[in-house]
Amino acid sequence: MSRLKEKAIHFLFFLAAFSTLVILAGIFLMLVLNAIRAFEDVSFRDFFFGTRWNPSAYGEPSYGIVQMIVSTFMTTLGAMLIAVPLGVGAAAYIAEVASPRVREVLKPAIEILAGIPSVVIGFLGIVLVGPLIADAFGLSSGLNALNGSILLAVMALPTIISVSEDAIRAVPTEYKEASYALGASRWTTLVRVTIPAAFQGIAASVVLGVGRAVGETMTVLMATGNATAMPHGFLDSVRTLTATIAIELGEVPHGTAHYYALFAVGAVLFVISLGVNLVAEMITAKHRRLTK
Amino acid sequence: MGISRSPLGDEVTLEGFGMLRLVRAGLLVGMALLSVTMAGCGGRDEGKGGTASSGKGEKVLIRIRGSDTLVNLVQRLAEEFMKKHPDIWVAVTGGGSGTGIAALINKEIDIANASRAMKSKEIKLAKERGVEPVGVVIALDGLAIIVNESLPIDSLTVEQLGRIYRGEIKNWSEVGGPDMEISLYGRTSASGTFVYFRDKVVKGDYSPKMKGMIGNSHIVEAVKKDKAGIGYVGIGYAVDEKGRVEAGLKVLRIAKDAQSPAVTPLKVENVKKGLYPLARPLYQFTNGKPKGAILEFIRFELSEEGQKIVTKEGFYPITPDHMKANKKVLGLSE
Repeated sequence: MSRLKEKAIHFLFFLAAFSTLVILAGIFLMLVLNAIRAFEDVSFRDFFFGTRWNPSAYGEPSYGIVQMIVSTFMTTLGAMLIAVPLGVGAAAYIAEVASPRVREVLKPAIEILAGIPSVVIGFLGIVLVGPLIADAFGLSSGLNALNGSILLAVMALPTIISVSEDAIRAVPTEYKEASYALGASRWTTLVRVTIPAAFQGIAASVVLGVGRAVGETMTVLMATGNATAMPHGFLDSVRTLTATIAIELGEVPHGTAHYYALFAVGAVLFVISLGVNLVAEMITAKHRRLTK
Repeated sequence: MGISRSPLGDEVTLEGFGMLRLVRAGLLVGMALLSVTMAGCGGRDEGKGGTASSGKGEKVLIRIRGSDTLVNLVQRLAEEFMKKHPDIWVAVTGGGSGTGIAALINKEIDIANASRAMKSKEIKLAKERGVEPVGVVIALDGLAIIVNESLPIDSLTVEQLGRIYRGEIKNWSEVGGPDMEISLYGRTSASGTFVYFRDKVVKGDYSPKMKGMIGNSHIVEAVKKDKAGIGYVGIGYAVDEKGRVEAGLKVLRIAKDAQSPAVTPLKVENVKKGLYPLARPLYQFTNGKPKGAILEFIRFELSEEGQKIVTKEGFYPITPDHMKANKKVLGLSE
């Protein structure tokens, strides 16, 4: 009897875990099936190597996505350049340095930060960060990739901090004790022992942060200006893959080339996040080999 | 570095090749699941339309979606209308004229707000799906060309505007302004204003450097902050309740061509008589001749009281000619 129960429970949990795979496969299939039809009207080459996206053109529409991929990579890279050092630093502080009382204040504050809706952050991008950037760089407008990066960094921070903090906290005390015993200072122990030992968790936090940044829509939509031109730097306006889908999917008549092209953009987005995860897996696997 | 062995250890690895078989099975199940959901979606279009006329005792709902230029105005009209008709609930959302028209074609709504006429392609698609679009003009707009208050330029010709938005004129000095790179603000393709301005003024493709903003107020906010900015918005968004231009903005006078005088959209006659080159009607489309609560609402919009609200929101009342055409479309005799 209890064996049967055990089996049933085992099966239930298997089903729960398995459903993730099913959903993933379903999403992937739907994307691919719709995306493929885009290439009945748009050539592969024009789509993947074209640099002009203009489906509602005055004349012939064009469906090139290079500049959108560049835009997505730029905003994400910028966000990580800001968020990773800040986030890991904050995590190390909370996990290793802060007094319990400070921690008690910081942790909920970070959780609240995670709870701010993306529209609100986007709005801050328009009225606060934008003008600041414009002033700092002598531009007329601050709606650009840098603005998006800063906002995305703010949005990725809570994830990076909390996951990194857990990882740092999970480092066995023996490591630190051994380090202190060898005469290392607190700083040396933190930077040379604790953080490297928590590398996997920190890498995981960065990947989650990248995922957040790549997929975030509303904030970039509001703060980056959405110009479709190829960006030449962080001070140019950009239009990311997500923003394009969000802007255009609402008005596109079903079953048109434009509609399927948007699914193709979605598929590209999916492949990018898959790639990010694979890379992360490889990094952590390599690290594991090196340190064993 | 022997001591820094990862503490998160090995639980992350996916061991064994059983994984592959699992993935394959998952794909199969996914496919099956998907075909079920797709079949479910196919039937969705039917039966959703026409809620507005099917009320028995409970509240009747009118669903309105579309033009971002019209959304505030129609919301105000709906509020006043609902005060008089507590049994009718009017839900107004934006998203752009294209979004509204697409929703009308997909039978998701009762009225589509549009700041442009329907394209022949859209009418064809609607008819294929059994939707018979019927349009009335509910207000007039003088599409305002706005720049930052500090810009020492007061007027432009339509041709100059076109060249600016095509990206051919890049610097304000080329049209008699200061030496500053022009920063273009426009809407995205879901917007009727985007299409209207493209076809009427740009007559070509917008410069890819134009920033695509997601609403009239988004443009207003940006141009207020951008000394070199230029944008186009429905006149109601450029002025406040008393008809004064919003602080920080300047509404340009626009000339049909180099010979014609530049005209401001801030005067009602200029728009009503069509002297302002960017005067345009604002539409509402329904599926077939409106009936019941929907007709009641449209009649309210066209009434004296409704048109007063139009004026209060910064737009202009329709002309007697439009009124005549509307009545003909609606089948009203008076």
